[in-house]
This record gives sequence, structure tokens and C-alpha cells, in this order.
Amino acid sequence: MRVAIVTFPGSNCDYDLYKCIQLVGGTPEFRWHRDVELGDVDAVMLPGGFSYGDYLRAGAIATMSPIMDAVKSFAGSGGPVLGICNGFQTLCESGLLPGALLRNRSLLFSSRDVLLRVENTSSIFTQEYEAGQILRMPIAHAEGNYHADDETLDRLEGEGRVLFRYTNAEGEAVDSANPNGSARSIAGILNEAGNVMGMMPHPERAVEPILGSVDGLGLFNALLSHLSPLGAA
Amino acid sequence: MSRFRLEIRVIPRPGLLDPEGKAIQSALHSLDYDQVHEVSVGKVLYLDVEAASAEEARDGADAMCRRLLANPVTEDFEIDVLEATAETVTT
Amino acid sequence: MTHRADGTGALTAASVSPREGDPPITPELVEDHGLSPSEYDRVLEILGREPTYTELGVFSAMWSEHCGYKNSKRLLSTLPTTAPWVIQGPGENAGVIDIGDGLALAFKIESHNHPSAVEPYQGAATGVGGILRDVFTMGARPIAVLDSLRFGDLDSGRVRYLFSGVVKGVGDYGNCVGIPNIGGEVYFDRGYEGNPIVNAMCLGLMKAEDLIKGEAEGVGNPLMAVGARTGRDGIHGATFASEELSDDSQASRPQVQVGDPFTEKLLLEASLELIQSGNITGIQDMGAAGITSSASEMAGRSGNGVEIDMDLVPVREPGMTPYEILLSESQERMLVVAKSGREDAVRDILTKWELEAEEIGRVTDDGLFRVREGDRVVAEIPSLPLTEGCPTYEREGEESEEIRDLRCADLSRFNEADADQSEAFLKLMSSPNIASKRWVYGQYDTTVRTGTAVRPGGDAGVVRLRGTRRAVAATTDCNGRYVYLNPRSGAMAAVAEAARNLVCAGALPTAVTNNLNFGNPLKPHIYYQFREAVAGMAEACKLFETPVTGGNVSFYNETDGVAIYPTPVIGMVGVLDDVDHITRHAFQNEGDTIILLGDNTDEMGASEYLYVIENLVAGEPPSVDLLGERSLQHAVLAMIHQGLLHSAHDVSEGGLACALAESALGTGEDPLGVHVTLQDALPVLPLLFGEAQGRVVVSCDARSADEVLQIAKRHNVPCRAVGKVVPSDEGFRIDGRASSLEADVEVLAEMFFGTIPKLMDGAGPS
Repeated sequence: MRVAIVTFPGSNCDYDLYKCIQLVGGTPEFRWHRDVELGDVDAVMLPGGFSYGDYLRAGAIATMSPIMDAVKSFAGSGGPVLGICNGFQTLCESGLLPGALLRNRSLLFSSRDVLLRVENTSSIFTQEYEAGQILRMPIAHAEGNYHADDETLDRLEGEGRVLFRYTNAEGEAVDSANPNGSARSIAGILNEAGNVMGMMPHPERAVEPILGSVDGLGLFNALLSHLSPLGAA
Repeated sequence: MSRFRLEIRVIPRPGLLDPEGKAIQSALHSLDYDQVHEVSVGKVLYLDVEAASAEEARDGADAMCRRLLANPVTEDFEIDVLEATAETVTT
Repeated sequence: MTHRADGTGALTAASVSPREGDPPITPELVEDHGLSPSEYDRVLEILGREPTYTELGVFSAMWSEHCGYKNSKRLLSTLPTTAPWVIQGPGENAGVIDIGDGLALAFKIESHNHPSAVEPYQGAATGVGGILRDVFTMGARPIAVLDSLRFGDLDSGRVRYLFSGVVKGVGDYGNCVGIPNIGGEVYFDRGYEGNPIVNAMCLGLMKAEDLIKGEAEGVGNPLMAVGARTGRDGIHGATFASEELSDDSQASRPQVQVGDPFTEKLLLEASLELIQSGNITGIQDMGAAGITSSASEMAGRSGNGVEIDMDLVPVREPGMTPYEILLSESQERMLVVAKSGREDAVRDILTKWELEAEEIGRVTDDGLFRVREGDRVVAEIPSLPLTEGCPTYEREGEESEEIRDLRCADLSRFNEADADQSEAFLKLMSSPNIASKRWVYGQYDTTVRTGTAVRPGGDAGVVRLRGTRRAVAATTDCNGRYVYLNPRSGAMAAVAEAARNLVCAGALPTAVTNNLNFGNPLKPHIYYQFREAVAGMAEACKLFETPVTGGNVSFYNETDGVAIYPTPVIGMVGVLDDVDHITRHAFQNEGDTIILLGDNTDEMGASEYLYVIENLVAGEPPSVDLLGERSLQHAVLAMIHQGLLHSAHDVSEGGLACALAESALGTGEDPLGVHVTLQDALPVLPLLFGEAQGRVVVSCDARSADEVLQIAKRHNVPCRAVGKVVPSDEGFRIDGRASSLEADVEVLAEMFFGTIPKLMDGAGPS
């Protein structure tokens, strides 16, 4: 699995993602925001951070980068695209995913572990998880409050495009387990075609026991086995 | 061509949860300004632009807002042409 | 005329001339610049003529306490600074130590107290920015930050405003650059009501061979200004930081710099790439006193001179005078000495990171710090006397009688009191000093860089070093109340606690960076505090073999004549040879045996109990037995190395009862209960809440308890099993000889985790 990691000025989880892809046996390659081509890759990932300092709106200025045209056409041709944290914000701003990420309801940056319930196990990103499985991974964001109009939310739910929801340890999506005020406790979503995904929590920070969780591995392994069904990375 | 100064107000769409507005409202209430019913917080951008007319300046800003300056999912925008700041001679 | 290249250079003829509009040099102007008459005489002697206004500004900044250390240098020279593992000691941007496997650790702490008092958000943010730059200009990639903060009591609205602003500033900056925060400390005490303390520490990792220094090497090499443009912000910040705050300081807002962490992130990447590229010979942050200090210090260190042209410096606004450009403290700027002929390569790297680089001068052989404005020379000062010639002082020091009386206060009544311990216990657990600081570090990204093995909330933060078995641990510590009541033993206690915290995390204490926050050193009782604290610190650092590799002095932390508690913050780093040794403060398993190392005493002085329950800051702080501490630390490390311990936690504020509760509550996710029995023939209050030093609470499998006790014995450390970890629904209970303390674990958790969020709900302007 060759993965292009798109780095914008201000990205700061690019290296973490790079190491994570290596760990699961993939081949990561950095692409700079000024690049116009992705090259021969099997997947594209937009890492977390503060692209362009999050000035204007988180992820907004990144959408104007030259590389984003290539990302859009890669997505348009069915290539898998994953946006984490700032990458999710950028995917929403670019229109590749519906909705927007607003300021956290607490108005504060929120850094902690959250619990996620896996809502759909048929996507190329979540097929290694079990339905209803509870995952632990960190969040670290100030603008992770997922917002979309009711019609969009209904569609997302109806089409199984809500992949993760914030829950408590019992797997209940209660308000007290929602770290940022996201509509319907949504933590990660899929596009209509099923190849573009965005999430606020950081799966790449939950891939080794020493980091406190390995629950993020399933996501990267799922993508790997989707892209290399015979086990050839 | 002339230089125009534009004021663009980007404001949260009505009905959108605005926790910052709520926090400010409750702070004002705690200072006994009970007459405040609602606070919403947006941002103001000032642009100095070159255009043939105020109309053209406004149209340009409108396009900028749609493409970048405002997020149509969550924000509305308003544009005022404040003044023609200077006549410029361009080649 | 001849110029010597040793930095003492003789001066050129009277080519230096005042600029039009410069104010005349009067005694008042000299005083406004913070220079004493004798210091001004020294200026005249160095120059052999009257300084220009520009030169006066340069001397004022370089000879301020902040840059010149004039009231601290002599005492600081008594601190131990060397060890076989020290690669770079004091005097550079940051200290550097060898941590094995070819790796080196650069680290430093710095204060931003004064700016944070005036504008908490920007003051704290730029404090973090500055310390990051100090570390990456050594060639090291920042891997962690810590913050050591002190405020007045949280019942004041202004304090809550300062606290929330500082925390947001520390968080926003570090989060944006992408450096995890791994720990620190926050204290609330009326002793800091007027002057918050904001100290930020950074750790950076590098290959030992990548070390680069802030030196202007190679005559003829170009000096390049890199990063943000120079504006009028922060002019005279260094002098500002060397004065007491007064009501006028509120009007000083323009002096506060504004941080741009986005540019910092680019500067970080560009700087490391520049250093790796071999295209530069030196690099330094334009921190306090801006271009002036960076250029003259780089010249001073190398023995060369520098010449810079103000007309070439990229500025943010037109019409800036040389005086303003030289003293601006605009953030996110660096001074780089490029290799001659490699200017374009340097520019290419910066362009890639969307940054500007302008050639503003060159390295010369005449030992002079020369400033031009085009053809005109506006300042010309021998660089070594400028950077090193600041007069240094040893001041009068005498203990304040008032404080001595407080220390000698009779506290014996607390040894008889039959107070309600359970209520006192809950009050202590909900004292903001003891309560969880999750509200603070919940705003800090603690997991970015995927290296954080132990996050904030425990005794020390731990970062694993990828590609090795190793990890580094770091902590910041100082109980200002102890130092206030007894500066010497208080400073020793700070060093001892820092070392103990590292040991509890499984690390061998290795080196120290210190941040000495004090009042006005010209006052004898303040200088006494400083002198005694430095002496205590020196003694403890020697004994623990933790040399001081650098740090920062912040004097004049006074408002309307009232000084803060003397607060010599110890930032200490330690090394773990194996990540398997990482140990946490939280109890892990029901049924584990709880063992107390060290002795309980009847000491109650300077305790959190007295502050919270009796509203009293008095008494002799707990005594410090350095040799006993060292044995204790060796014993704990031996237990950890043998894989015996499930947890280890230092006993500090709130005493044994609070330490046990902290271990029981852990991160709050899976709290446990505790049943402990104490047979000490001690009065109940000091037994539960006294803050006797040299104690650690550990837990282990019941089957390992004997082995743990044996190790303690071999190290001559008092040690006994005191109880066991139980399920949370069996409660928290400490039985003494005459009475017992009981609490519901859920209630404890509510107190411990809920206090600060409750106090901060809807705090101040965001």
C-alpha cells in the first residue's frame, strides 16, 4: 500500500501518520501542498495539525492548495482518502465530505482519550472492526463540533455513513460522552461513494501499547487489506 | 481604476449553535445587562481592492466570500463598500 | 587604527554620530534606561565618549537583569554545571546532555512572568514560542514542553482571568506547533496575587553530532534575518522584565509581543533543515532585546565582530528608527550566520517554508558590534564588553524579621488538635493546589508526535525515544511557600522533589535547568532569599549529581512593593534505559500491597493543611535530609529495575492522606479504594497531612512485598507495608492508633477532579 501523506504548512501530525503507515506495513510518501501530482499511490491521507495556522477557518485555506485538485480527482476516481482531525476539517471545507466542524461547545481546546462506537463495519476503513465495538483513541482539537443540517444528518445515518460515534464505556452515545458537541455524537463520516472518510479522533496515535491504545490499528489494517487483498503490501 | 475599501461581515447562520455568543451573553447577564436577549459572534474583514466601480468591487468580494471567506454550511456574509480610498493609475 | 579580534576591540574614530531627532543624553534619560550612574560611567569608559541614543538603548537592554544577570551572575557561578554527560552547560541557548545511543537532549526553562501579568494570553504564548526557539536553535527537535504556573487564589475574578488566559496561551501555541505538553505544575496562593509566574520548559532531541551554537564564526560570513518581519512590538521588553510592576504596567500593553505559532512551526522546520544542510555556521533566536542581543552575543561568543545595516532589516512598518529596530522583540525571528557563498541555498530552504531571509550584515574581525543605517554608523560598541562587561553585584542580604517570625510561629497546637479529619481531608482534596489539574492539561495536546508514554497528571511526564529502548522523563517543581519560610531548605526540597518525581516514573535524574523567580534583589530580604536558595540548590544538585545546564533569572516580581514568594523552579530531566521501567503514580490492581518508604514526622510547617484549613502560611518547612533522599531514590529505582513495582508516587502537598488518594484515583477512569493502617505514635494531623519529605508510596503484588522491603532495607530506607488496594466500593480508609479517616471514593473523585472546572466555569474573557 503506497500512501501519499499530504503536508500543508502547519500540518503537525504528518510524521506520526508516516510512522503509523510504516508500522502496518505500508509505504508512506510525503506530498507537499505545492505539488500538483500525487503520483502512483493507492491511498491519500490528510494529517492533523493547524494548516495555515487555522487562520480564517480550520482547513479553509488548505483547500486552496495546488495539491488539493489532485486529491479531488483521486477521490473522484474512487481512490481511498482519509482525513484525520485537521484533515477532516479540510475535507469538509473542500466539499469532499458534507457538513462542517465548528468550535467545541466548551470553547476550549480538548485533549483527552475518547471512546468511539463502530457504527458500520462494511466500509473499506472499518471492515476489520466488529459492529458496536468500542475503541479508545485520543482527540486533540478546538474545532471538532460536527455540524450539518438535519436532512444531511438523516441521510448520513440512513446510508450507513456515520462510521464512529462518541460513547461512554457502555457504548451509549450520551451527551456527557460527547467531547465537543457534535451533532448526534458523530466522530467520523464517509462520503456517498464510500471512499472518502474523515474523523476527528486520532487513530494514528493509538497504534502501540506504549501509547495507551492499539485500537487505531484496525482502521489502517482494514485499508491495507482492502488495497492488497492478497496480502501484498 | 479606483481603490475601494470593503467591509465584509461573516456571521453565523441563524439558528446555528453559537457557544461563544452564549458565553458572552451570560457574561453580560452576570454584569446585570439583562436587556441582552441574544449575542452572536462573527468576524469582520477589511479588504482594500482595486476595481473599476463600487459594483465591480462588491461582485469580486461576493465571489471571494463564496469560494473562501465564508463557509456556506455555517456562515452568511454581508459586504459594504465603505469608500473609494484613492484613485490609482494603473498600466 | 588597529582592531583586535578578541572582542575587546579598540574603537574607530568618532565616526559614530547621533541621528537627527535623537534626544540628548541626560542623567534622567540614562536613569529611564535602567542604568545606574556607575554603570553609565562604565559605558563611557568602554566607548571613550558619550553614547548615542541608539547605543544607550543597546547598553540598557544588554545590561538589564534579563540579559546581563548583573545581580545573579556571581551567585549562579556557585552552582554545579559539569558532569561527564554534560555536552553544553550554561551560556548557550539551551543546555545539552548526552543520553546514550548517540542521542543528545537539549532543554531549558524560561520565564514570561511580566508579559503574562499584563496580557496573559499573548504573554504565555510567546513564552512557549521563545523556549521552543531556544531549543531548536541548538539543532534539536522539540519533543515536549512543560509549564510551571503560579497564580493568586482562584476566588478572585482577575486571577481566574489570568489563569484561563495563560493556560489558553500555553496551549494554543504548543498545540499549533505540535509539541506535546507532558507536565508541569500549577499553584494557587495569595503570595502570587499580583504577579503570576509563567515558566515554560522545552526538551529537544538531536543526534549528538548535530549540535550547533549561537556563534558568529567566519569573518566575512553574512548575517541573515530569518522569519517574521521586525515591528514595534515589545520594544524594551528586556528592560520591562527587569522592573517592578505598578499600575502603569497596565498602560504597557504595546510592549507585549504577539505570537504566531504558525510561523514558528515553519521556522522550526526551516531551522532544522538549515542546520542539517551545512549551509550555516550559527543560529540564534532574536529573543529578549531582539537583534541587539542575538547579534552581539553571537559576536561575543566567537570573539569576532558583527556589522549590521538597519536599512536592510525587513520591517513591518515604515519609519522605524535604528533604536526601535535594534530593540524590537517581535516574535518568530532568527539570526543566522550563513557560510559565505551559500546565501542562495539558505534562501531556497526558507522559501520552501514560505519564510523570508534577508542579508543584514556580516561577521567582521574587529571585535565590534557596529550598526549602520546605510552609510552612517549609528552604534559601534566593543562586543565582548557589551555582552560580558555588565557590572555584576553582590548585594546586601538579610532575612526579613517578619518572615522569620512566621517561620518561628508556634504550631504545637496542631499536634494536639482533635479536628475533624474527614472534613479537612475533603477540603484538602478540593484545594486547587491538590485537586487534579486536568482542566489545564485537557487544553494541551499531550499525544501529538506519538511519543508520550506518561501524560500529565502523574509525578513526571515520559517520552519514549523512537528506535531505541530508551525514554526521557521531565518534571518541574518548587513549593514557593517552603522557600518563603526557609529559602535554603525550601530550594533543597524543590531539587529533592524533582528528583523523587523522576525516580517515581522510573528515570535516573540527570540534569537541571532552573528558573529563579524572585522579587527586587536590591532589597536585602529578597537578596537574602536569592542567596540562600541558590546555596540550597547548589548543595542538593551536587549531591544528586544533577548539574545545572542553564536557566533563567526573573527578578522584580513585585507589585506595589509586594514580592512573590521566592520561587526557584527546578526543571529536571531524567533518563530511562528501558521503556519497560516506566512506572505510574496510580494504583493498578485490587489486592496489591501498599508500601510506604520514608518516615512520617510531626512536621506541620508550611503545609497545605495550614493554608487551606487555618489560612496560615507559617512554621518551619519540612526538613530535608539529602543523603536519606538519595538512598530512597536509589532504592525506588532498584525496585523498579527489578520489575517489582506496580506504582510509585511521591508524597508532597497534603501529605500521606492526599498521596494515597491521588494514587487511588489515578486518571479518574478506574478509581480504586484503599485500606491502610498507620501505627505511628504521631499526632493525627501531621501523620495524615504533614508534608515530611523523603517519602514515596509504592504498590506491588502481595507476593513481591517482601522483596521490596528487603531492597529498602539494603538501602537503609525506612519501609513498611501499610495496607492494600481494594475495590472502589470498599472505600478509602486510613486507620490510625486512635481514630480513622474514611471517605467514599466517588466523593473523593468528585472533589479531586471537579474543583477546578467548577471554579472556572464561565471564567473571564476568553
